Amino acid sequence: MQSKPIALTILDIVSIIVLGIASYLALVFAPTEAVMGDVQRVFYFHIGTAWVGLVGFVLAAVSGIAYLITKDMRWDRFEVAAVEVSTMFFFITIVLGSIWARPAWNTWWTWDPRLTTAAVTELIYIAYFMLRQGIEDPDKRARFGAVYALLGGLSAPITFMVIRLFRTIHPVVIGNQSAEAQGGFSMTPDMRTAFFFALFAFTIIFIDMMWHRIRLGGLQEKVEQLKLNVSI
Amino acid sequence: MADTTKSPSLEKQPMEYRPSFFKATMAIVQKDLSAEFRSRELLSAMLVFSMLVILIFNFALELDIKVRQSVTAGVLWTTFAFAGTLGLNRSMAVEKDRGCMDGLLLAPVDRAAIFFGKAISNLAFMLIVEAIVLPLYALLYNEVRIFQPSFLGVILLGSIGYIAVGTLLSAMSVQTRTRDVLLPILLFPVAVPVLLASVKASGGLLNNATFAEILVPLNLLIVYDVIFIAVAFMVFDFVVEE
Repeated sequence: MQSKPIALTILDIVSIIVLGIASYLALVFAPTEAVMGDVQRVFYFHIGTAWVGLVGFVLAAVSGIAYLITKDMRWDRFEVAAVEVSTMFFFITIVLGSIWARPAWNTWWTWDPRLTTAAVTELIYIAYFMLRQGIEDPDKRARFGAVYALLGGLSAPITFMVIRLFRTIHPVVIGNQSAEAQGGFSMTPDMRTAFFFALFAFTIIFIDMMWHRIRLGGLQEKVEQLKLNVSI
Repeated sequence: MADTTKSPSLEKQPMEYRPSFFKATMAIVQKDLSAEFRSRELLSAMLVFSMLVILIFNFALELDIKVRQSVTAGVLWTTFAFAGTLGLNRSMAVEKDRGCMDGLLLAPVDRAAIFFGKAISNLAFMLIVEAIVLPLYALLYNEVRIFQPSFLGVILLGSIGYIAVGTLLSAMSVQTRTRDVLLPILLFPVAVPVLLASVKASGGLLNNATFAEILVPLNLLIVYDVIFIAVAFMVFDFVVEE
């Protein structure tokens, strides 16, 4: 039985510290936005979680390809970890977005491209877990998971492009703002600090959780092996 | 079917007869179509189901002339998507149940030929259903604009993309414990782009949009078709291997 690596423990502690600092920066340090007021502070964590959520889905698709090429179970564990952690972060993104949208757009939800794509992506990865649950054979589970993660990773950007044909009110804070967007603003230097620190903090937390999940996957496999040995 | 034994290539190389990719694909298509035309299980189920969906939509959405203006494309595509899953599920389940899939996999042909064979026969079923449902819809609602060639072209492109992904995913879902319920859950979120782009393009055509207006959804539809046919072609091997 391998014990928890020290580096992981250190990373745990670092994660908690950066989460604390990010919360301070977002809730206290950053100036209050003039039009929307305090609810705008949701933005820092909203982008932070969305960023790691998207990174995770890209990682899942890439590790899916890597698994199909190498047939190495480590890639499968990596892929599951990426999907699982990202699904959670993405869910947090949607919830935070809703909390912001209620005062800013006067609605919890709207069928905007970003929101719809987020919902569809979330559904794709819930389907991913349902698919894996229905298969006992670990090799087959890994293969099907990899194929589906790849399909999901390819279809999400096209979904986004297609829904953009309908209409958008989601603000774009970095880059070009669309004319119809509501609730946009430009960042002051202090806001920028809080923003980039939140991105950094969530990246660290994401790595930490990924590591935990990959390790858990390895342990799970070991337990299954041991169970098999006992039954034989 | 018995003529294949007399084919000249077989006589020349009796030991190493390996049918060409195209021939193998067509053999699977022929097998599926002739089996279907004898039993008519799948087509009749898809057709009756489609009519029921339209019937339900008729009352659920109160399809009067004003509503139809905006929802015809959506109603048709929802119907095709639902009927499509029914057909996809059945067509793969038949292979799995009676061990036909193992036989197909043992055949000395490229696995991709099996994929294309199944996809083409699935597409054929879907197009047959569409070829019956569209005139019926036109008849029921006096909607002759359906018969413009570009509208039918959009229907074809959308069906191709939907079937390409659907064939791959149905090959996966039949091998799971929750086979029947799983296919729509796997397929719909991945097929959202193809359904939305088709609705957008065909809806635009019905509302007399200019070609420039439907060009973007049309392009996305083609992009989706190309990408997903290519991906399904590449990964099908991993889905069927034991």
